[in-house]
Amino acid sequence: MLQLFKFKGGVKPQTNKTQSLAEPIGVAPLPSRLFVPLHQSIGGTPRPLVEPGERVLKGQLIGAADGWISSAVHASTSGTVRAVAEHIAAHPSGLATLSVEIEPDGLDEWTERTPIDHGAMEPEKVRERLREAGVVGLGGAVFPTHGKLTASKTVPMEELVINGAECEPFITCDDLLMRERAEETIRGVGVFRDLLQPKRVLIGIEDNKPEAVAALQAAVTKLGERFEVIAVPTRYPAGGAKQLIRVLTGKEVPSTKRSTDLGVQCFNVATAYTAWRAVAHGEPVVSRIVTLTGNVERPRNWEALLGTPLSEFVALGAPKADTNGYLMGGPMMGFEMPAMDAPLVKATNCIIAGSPTLFPPKAPEMPCIRCGECAKVCPHELQPFELYWFARAHNFGKTQEYHIFDCIECGCCSFVCPSRIPLVQYFRFAKSEIWAREKEKNAADQAKARFEWKTARDEREKAEKAEKLAKAAAAQAAKKAAEAAAAAAAPAAEASASDTPAAAPAAGSPALDAEAAKKAAIAAAMERARAQREAAAPKNTEQLTPAQQREIADIDARRRIMETQTAFNAEIAETQRTQSDEK
Amino acid sequence: MEFTTPPYLLKNASVQRVMLQVLAALLPGVGAYVWIFGPVIVVQLALATATALAAEAAMLKLRDKPISLFLTDGSAVVTAWLIALTFPPLSPWWLIVTGTLFAIVVAKHLYGGLGQNPFNPAMIAFAVCIVSFPALMSQWPAVGMKVDLGDQVRVVFGLLPRLDAISGATPLDTLKTALKLEDGQFSVAALLANQEVFGFFAGRGWEWVTGGYLLGGLWLWQRGIISWHAPIAFAGGLSLLAGALWLANPAQFANPLFHLFSGGAMLGAWFIVTDPVSGCTTPKGKLIFGFSAGVLAYIIRVFGGYPDGVAFAVLLLNICAPLIDHYTQPAIFGMKDKA
Repeated sequence: MLQLFKFKGGVKPQTNKTQSLAEPIGVAPLPSRLFVPLHQSIGGTPRPLVEPGERVLKGQLIGAADGWISSAVHASTSGTVRAVAEHIAAHPSGLATLSVEIEPDGLDEWTERTPIDHGAMEPEKVRERLREAGVVGLGGAVFPTHGKLTASKTVPMEELVINGAECEPFITCDDLLMRERAEETIRGVGVFRDLLQPKRVLIGIEDNKPEAVAALQAAVTKLGERFEVIAVPTRYPAGGAKQLIRVLTGKEVPSTKRSTDLGVQCFNVATAYTAWRAVAHGEPVVSRIVTLTGNVERPRNWEALLGTPLSEFVALGAPKADTNGYLMGGPMMGFEMPAMDAPLVKATNCIIAGSPTLFPPKAPEMPCIRCGECAKVCPHELQPFELYWFARAHNFGKTQEYHIFDCIECGCCSFVCPSRIPLVQYFRFAKSEIWAREKEKNAADQAKARFEWKTARDEREKAEKAEKLAKAAAAQAAKKAAEAAAAAAAPAAEASASDTPAAAPAAGSPALDAEAAKKAAIAAAMERARAQREAAAPKNTEQLTPAQQREIADIDARRRIMETQTAFNAEIAETQRTQSDEK
Repeated sequence: MEFTTPPYLLKNASVQRVMLQVLAALLPGVGAYVWIFGPVIVVQLALATATALAAEAAMLKLRDKPISLFLTDGSAVVTAWLIALTFPPLSPWWLIVTGTLFAIVVAKHLYGGLGQNPFNPAMIAFAVCIVSFPALMSQWPAVGMKVDLGDQVRVVFGLLPRLDAISGATPLDTLKTALKLEDGQFSVAALLANQEVFGFFAGRGWEWVTGGYLLGGLWLWQRGIISWHAPIAFAGGLSLLAGALWLANPAQFANPLFHLFSGGAMLGAWFIVTDPVSGCTTPKGKLIFGFSAGVLAYIIRVFGGYPDGVAFAVLLLNICAPLIDHYTQPAIFGMKDKA
């Protein structure tokens, strides 16, 4: 038997899992409308590929992945696209996000599905398939799975950890998936194993799910794999990727590193299952298992289409009369759904109907008494109360010194706090403030770099110009000298020519001669004037009074500021553009 | 839903629950106190509690804070009880009122109220009063004094003259004074044999009271309200110094057991150095805090001018707590090899 390790801290809230385990996974009926958000994973927002009025088939690509860290989005069923517009997102902010509204036609007709033989393909092609199939981490983080399937170049891949811990109270979707679809889950793990080539594959499941452990163990044996299925002690947050990696391998992944730097990678069991469906059946991710529980008459797990509006989904469980809201996710890290028409998305593992008895209102917040309970339960061994003091004081530098970015927002600290301080909210606030400031600082740094570069360029050009002018002036002076010499020689020559009779017939009549001489004199005078002008021109800028020089410097400075301002404005506009793109 | 921030599930915990458990943990000690020295201590506890609550309410009103919320948190009552248990039981009523007022008004609320006080308010009360009224703060009742409760209460409220017959120094003080006066003529062993003042291993009667505090402290530890670090380190610091000197010169110095169960050592170890607000918060910090307080308490009580040193030792360490915490931050998850 494998030696298990411990992570410090953690809490043991009431699990409340049995309620939704009485029945097998049900298939949710087709809803009357689907709102499929285009942005359902970490990374770039997929571009819409359909127009209103267009007929789509189940599994048809409606949003193409934008960039490598991004994941495709598909129509959840066949029907007609009614709109490609902003629709409220499954996010606590209640903000809208670009979504494809589909009116199902009731046929649930699949698009063409092409299974692949991943063993016979280039790994790169398999990763691309997963990206096109919209496979993302279904544990809640929705990170594009293909982006995690490349081993580190320098560190050998030692362990592949598969997360079936499901430590949050109320949630049972992974439990039932493992029980009912064990074989396909294990086959999906096999795909990951083939891509990453780890030395060992460890599947961790909290020991309150013995049926799931047995089912996966049976599937592993049946398929002749050498994966280890391990029951880990039930303690929240054992299902946090870093905690499970710690428990199974003894390795601690700091916030500054990726787990692959330590030779570990971690995937959720549901992710493995969808990966297998995408590879072996050509099915993109259009549905997921969602636990519907809490204050409902019929708690149960449902295979629900992505984009199903919350109202139609919760009706399946018959919410009780005193239901006063719905949580997405578990009670520790979940959030309240902002509206009843917000859709189910890839990140929706659970919907909990809340009531005043289930989640009583919080007692008023008291001052921190530094009792240290939060530090005792912090799985990352932080000092939450210190972070709280610093965050309150807006002392964000100190929060970073006390490792605020190692906080995984698991909520253990808030769970135990006797002063009922919403600690996690303070940490989120501090983090977002730090991010905002860093963005600002980066923008300012870039503007400064540009300004400095431009100043250097201006100076260089100025120097080059001055050099040119100096050369031109020298040339002019030389020319002028030559010309003066020529002018002095010319009248003498002319005079001697008019005196010479032999020259007379050649020059024509004396009147003509006089006219030519006059012309020559005019030309010489004009030439002299031009030479004088040119010779005088550089002197204009070289012999200025100090007052004049100051004035010119001021004008130059004003022009430079205006130019920098324009560059800065352009910079801001660009930053805003990229920021909205990131969202 | 009424609130919209996770986690939505909370453990059944509150400041009031913590404070009530601390009060419950004091009960064995209080029981022994009543049994040995008479029920007048209950009068002092009530006096301190009433003063603390009144001062707390007034300060909350002045500071424009929700009164009932903070008044019921129990923190003022804990302070009041600790003050009453460190003051002589027959001290006049105004002494305990003064101490309590100073603790709540100055040491607690002028620094920002609950959670903000850098110094332990009960120790501030003790320090202020022992500096201002050293004679009154040093008169402790003799064990088994034959004065009934009515007369005791009359003494407290100044209706009866304060009789030297019913009060004297603590065993700790007696020992120190005797050793100083006799200039080495008296041995500790001979002194401790005096069963009028000294009991089996510490002060007569005091052994039971401090034993009660030990019991309550262990219960708090078992409940997870306090950690073992500070009390054990305090006892360790005190015993180490006491033991070393006792081994070197048993005639001059009392043994560690005597020191642990005398004066404010037990109350200090389990109820004072464990105060989270004014103490250290990191495990290593708690060890340093407790150990240093124990050493200092011994030095002050044996070589200093005051009958006991716990209060001054704790206050001195309160000043150092933020610094100790700063330098003893534990290594976090994933960064232990670097620390």
